[in-house]
Amino acid sequence: MKGRHWLAERGVDRVLLLLVPGLVFVVGLFAYPVLYGLQLSFQPKEGGGFFENYVRFFADPYLRDTIWITLRLALPAALINVVASVPVAYRLRGRVRGKRFLTTVLVVPITLGTVLTAEGLIGYLGPVGWFNKILLGIGLIDEPLRLVHNYWGVLFSLIITGFPFAFLLTLSYLSGIDPSLEKAAATLGADWWRRFRYVTLPLLAPGLAITFCLTFVLAFSVFPSAYLVGLPQGETRVISIAAYESAFRDSDYPLGSAIAMIMAVVMVVVVGLVLLWRSTLYRGATGGKG
Amino acid sequence: MRPGAWLVWGLVGFFLVNLLGLVLAVVVNSLSVEWFGTWWPNGLTTAWYATAWREMNLLEVLAVTVQVSVAVVVASVAIGVPTAYALARRNFPGKRLVTLLFLLPIMLPPMTYGIPLATVLYKFDLAGGIVGVIVANLVPSVPFVVLTMTPFIEQIDPRIEAAARMCGARTLSVFTRVLAPLLVPGILAASILVLVRTVGMFELTFLTAGPGSQTLVVSLYEAMFSAGIRAQQAVDAMAVIYTGSMLVLLVIALRFVNPTQLVTRLKEPA
Repeated sequence: MKGRHWLAERGVDRVLLLLVPGLVFVVGLFAYPVLYGLQLSFQPKEGGGFFENYVRFFADPYLRDTIWITLRLALPAALINVVASVPVAYRLRGRVRGKRFLTTVLVVPITLGTVLTAEGLIGYLGPVGWFNKILLGIGLIDEPLRLVHNYWGVLFSLIITGFPFAFLLTLSYLSGIDPSLEKAAATLGADWWRRFRYVTLPLLAPGLAITFCLTFVLAFSVFPSAYLVGLPQGETRVISIAAYESAFRDSDYPLGSAIAMIMAVVMVVVVGLVLLWRSTLYRGATGGKG
Repeated sequence: MRPGAWLVWGLVGFFLVNLLGLVLAVVVNSLSVEWFGTWWPNGLTTAWYATAWREMNLLEVLAVTVQVSVAVVVASVAIGVPTAYALARRNFPGKRLVTLLFLLPIMLPPMTYGIPLATVLYKFDLAGGIVGVIVANLVPSVPFVVLTMTPFIEQIDPRIEAAARMCGARTLSVFTRVLAPLLVPGILAASILVLVRTVGMFELTFLTAGPGSQTLVVSLYEAMFSAGIRAQQAVDAMAVIYTGSMLVLLVIALRFVNPTQLVTRLKEPA
């Protein structure tokens, strides 16, 4: 009896049994597969040492370069999405006419899905699409711009699918900043730029760091659109393609798992750096709750 | 208005106009008889929708999509809500670790854990069928329900439950007559979001689905990827059907959840 009381005081009682199904699930279907994959990645299919798969990845430029290819797509995409969402969200932060309508319109791209976006990019930005036709018509260019089936196609696709998320997150962080702070700055004579630069932005920055991380993670794992609007064997051979092809086309599960692990490590490094920078920022009660 | 405001709205307008052009290009193409390099197709028809419906077994694909999403929603609520209740009501040693364990499947992109997960599912002969697709889709959905429901349950006053007990209610009736009615709005919101995510989830379904267990997104991708076999208009017609159903789901979802508040709640554990 005494033991049970001691436990209950520390929050351990029968209610915790409710955790069991959830824990069994997440351990069995998330933690176990990840650890299994990690363990598998150290058992190369064609023999060799413990780290053979990793050695192979970094020795083969066709595999190694996927890291740079993916970073070259994901970093600009995440940066553009975050930087572009700040002014739009800033304009919409208070009570603005048409806020609900504009928010809905900006969120609609979530419903498009990869394939409609890809088909649309190919049809609209392609050499005979409306975009090039208009530019040719007004004489801005002499020959059609090549905007799909290369780096740009995938980047546009990442911006279209990533911007709604970045915008929603930024808007919610901005809504969490106390509006009276800006009013106080205005009373003291600060113009709108100074109010933004010295009051709003420092409070928003931690939230922006989180937004950047989330959009970066989404962009870094780009997969279907790299096939559909990119050059999957060339300049948009991203790391997901390398992992997928090793595991399921060549049935080399160990190498596929090793690439998935490398992918996770690269993401953790980038996210870790951003969060490290974020930890040097002010995170008080009136901030964007980041 | 200041010039800065005009610039911002100009850029937003430019983005939206191009987005509209992009969507229109697909819609017009799906309705066109033939469209090669001209401003407008020569003739419009709805025949491609019928073709897509017949040739790509859309009825079967839609049936699979509905089965998978309903199963995922029901199972993730059944597993996730009790967990969220325990996390909301108790502070216990190791709680941070448990929270982290539920946070990771949401933070990590599906591709990183999807490949080992599919490998494990194939090892146990679970992948390749509808069961494998449901199990794989549960991996991000259960944590999602846990993380959205925990703050929701935290704001329900525990004294209500205590009062019910004091009046002599047993655990079962506390749950069915006091707690469940209070939980309904939260469960509804979480379910609709899980539904949207599952219908749109490409990677996990793609990695685990076999021939008869593809959902709409995956069979759409296969249709476009194996282009050449099928007329592009039919693929576009299918894409329009997909986007139309996602739009309906999103409109329903927006009636139940305020997107900005949703993110505010979600980000807190991050």
